[in-house]
Amino acid sequence: MSGSGKRPVAPEAYIIDPVGPQGSVGGKGQAATASAGDAAPGVVRHDVEAVNAKDNRELYAARVKVHPKRVRGTFRNLKWAMMIVALGIYYLLPWLRWDRGPSLPDQAFLMDFANQRLFFGPLEIWAQEFYYVTGILVVSALGLFLVTALAGRVWCGYACPQTVWTDLFVSVERFIQGDRNARLRLEKAPWTFDKAWKISVTHAIWLLISLATGGALVFYFRDAPTLAGEFVSGTAPYIAYVFLGVFTLSTYLLGGLAREQVCIYMCPWPRIQGAMFDDHSLLVSYRAYRGEPRGPHKKGDTWEGRGDCIDCKQCVVVCPMGIDIRDGPQLECIQCALCIDACNEIMTKVGRPANLIAYDTVHRLESKGRGEEAKLHLVRPRTLLYMVLIPIVLALMTYGWLNRSELDVSVLRDRNPLFVKLSDGGVRNGYTIKILNKRHETRRFAISLEGPLEGVTPAMEIIGLEGGEPVAEVVPDNLRALRVFISVPREALARLQDDTSAITFVVRDLGDGNETRRETTFRSPTR
Amino acid sequence: MSDRKHVDEVTGIETTGHVWDDDLRELNKPLPKWWVYVLYASILWSIGYWIVYPAWPLATDYTRGIWGYSQRQVVADQVAAAKAAQGDLRKAIGEAELSAIKSDQRLLNFAMAGGNAAFGDNCAPCHGRGAQGFKGYPNLNDDDWIWGGTLDEIHATIAHGIRNSDENSRQNAMPRFGLDQILTREEINDVTSHVIALSGGTADAASAGRGETIYADQCASCHGEKGEGSRELGAPRLNDAIWLYGDAREDIVQSIVTGRGGVMPAWNTRLDDVTVKQLAIYVHSLGGGE
Ligand code: SF4
Ligand code: SF4
Repeated sequence: MSGSGKRPVAPEAYIIDPVGPQGSVGGKGQAATASAGDAAPGVVRHDVEAVNAKDNRELYAARVKVHPKRVRGTFRNLKWAMMIVALGIYYLLPWLRWDRGPSLPDQAFLMDFANQRLFFGPLEIWAQEFYYVTGILVVSALGLFLVTALAGRVWCGYACPQTVWTDLFVSVERFIQGDRNARLRLEKAPWTFDKAWKISVTHAIWLLISLATGGALVFYFRDAPTLAGEFVSGTAPYIAYVFLGVFTLSTYLLGGLAREQVCIYMCPWPRIQGAMFDDHSLLVSYRAYRGEPRGPHKKGDTWEGRGDCIDCKQCVVVCPMGIDIRDGPQLECIQCALCIDACNEIMTKVGRPANLIAYDTVHRLESKGRGEEAKLHLVRPRTLLYMVLIPIVLALMTYGWLNRSELDVSVLRDRNPLFVKLSDGGVRNGYTIKILNKRHETRRFAISLEGPLEGVTPAMEIIGLEGGEPVAEVVPDNLRALRVFISVPREALARLQDDTSAITFVVRDLGDGNETRRETTFRSPTR
Repeated sequence: MSDRKHVDEVTGIETTGHVWDDDLRELNKPLPKWWVYVLYASILWSIGYWIVYPAWPLATDYTRGIWGYSQRQVVADQVAAAKAAQGDLRKAIGEAELSAIKSDQRLLNFAMAGGNAAFGDNCAPCHGRGAQGFKGYPNLNDDDWIWGGTLDEIHATIAHGIRNSDENSRQNAMPRFGLDQILTREEINDVTSHVIALSGGTADAASAGRGETIYADQCASCHGEKGEGSRELGAPRLNDAIWLYGDAREDIVQSIVTGRGGVMPAWNTRLDDVTVKQLAIYVHSLGGGE
């Protein structure tokens, strides 16, 4: 090979598809390669190699661009449906309203960082309650483990944003530039006006979609109608524009340009999923016991002594990852099942039973290979465990939520000085009591002190409440900090056991009578 | 090293020509081109940077760049802008009565923050960061005030200081009863006993009794008949539990022998009026204000 440092693989190995010398593609890129005879009308054989074909593997290989071919079928329809649902949720969610009363945002889903609060419909999470978010993440993770144990990377194939947007971007590409063959031809074609406008329009639409994507995301962080108005009038906070730019660019880069590279190289999940499924998980699999030995098949030829796979490589060209499922389970496979749709179409055409590629388990494939029947084992210890854990965590969270306190009291003792000697010989300590009222109404709290100061009744003085009752009013959703002085007269000092005595502040809600206690200490000089 | 290009047989890749242990060779896998270009771009960028911004130190000066950028100036501008932003509040504090500041939540917050900062910069070295005081430096958290603990009295003390050359400064001096031989050793001892008894401490009754007359003659005019002190004269209360110079017998003896007298600067010569007001509010709020 040349000294350019490139891999010593014949470049012909990369030539994908029948656009080469032996067959041109007529019509909409769907014509057959005319030679040894056709397997069935409409069946095209593709001269293509999986991007990760075994004897071609290198640690560092230049990217081979994948141009997935259009496919029709059950799973493709399912994917369209999922895309509509996912995008619908994503774009509509910030516009849902939720009445929380006056002075609070009425956006159902809002991440209000300015006020350090998250609003998820009826849930309201304050900064110090962020652990609820952990709970939500734990449940999501368990859910992901469960579906992975049941059916491998289905999340990746249908619901992952990377998949949804890539799918959208590919369909835009197909709409402008045509299907796989047309795109390959365009890629190789010299730059002409036709190529230029097709490529630029594709990228322009991608950027528009990215802009809409980034735009929708910022609506989750600020009142959507207000922000939309601000965007139109150009008065939105500059940070909104910055994030709009960041989200737009990352959507364009990841969904439009990087595509399968994200799933294969950037995403950790393919590495982790290996531990998440087992021999009994339903994975998109090629039923080798039925398909092999594979080979071209001419219409009318016998099927005796050969497999059902006619080696047409439809399954390879439709794969968004560019892999060949017939090579067995692979890290790259996102379980999108498009190869199932593609092969089923072929099987129908050549008159063989469907599902040569299907969701199946390694265990069943192996048994079938030995000529035995095997059952599905969807309920296994690990799936059972996940199914039990999910409701447990949900129950814990619900319990925690129902018992969530709408009041936070903290007491901070002055450290400098630890205590102050008064002119009458008594000793005074200073405290800061912080009362956080999480209810949406004003509440009144009576503050009192509980011993045991060994029969000593200290005097309490609260700055700002001098003279009157020690009752503090805290306005809705707010925090009030109070300076409190506790003094022990000289005669009582001697009765203190130690230079550190335990005392307890009691904050009583005058509305519902609930008491919150906070222990702290009273310090006096060592005697 | 040979002149001939060596190509690795297994991978078909040229090697760098480096050989170790007879046959160990290094494949020539250069950095990706884009990476190299990024390096070149960074070099170009840094040259542009030298031209545009101040960069190289010279013997007495530095290259100033063509944009006239100066970080020092930026900071100065920012400080000025911050001051200007506080302008309204500072103006309001400058004009308002101390008591009015205290009852206006907005001014109070600003005064407390400014006072706290100014206290840390100016007062903490003597009075401590928590204003807890040290021997000879009063604790500002307690309820004992030698010169008075109202807002105005505290303000006057901070503005003019104590025993300094400011013409409005608090002035007084306790006689040096020992050093100037006004009292004998025994008399000092006796009057010490009396003072200890005044503040509720335990002292030899006979000695205290003898000291009572000496106290009435020498001390009562400033410290009061019963040791109640005098704020006009800045004579500390003696019948309470707070002792600026310590409550041990030898501390009190030394006070009488040398006639102590601490000095505090007049802060209005160093700080602006607004800051002094903020300090008065802050000190008053520490817990002992009257
Ligand atoms: S598995 Fe199906 S789609 Fe793939 S090559 Fe064989 S026949 Fe064609
Ligand atoms: S091999 Fe099949 S299921 Fe896996 S990514 Fe490719 S098309 Fe999807």
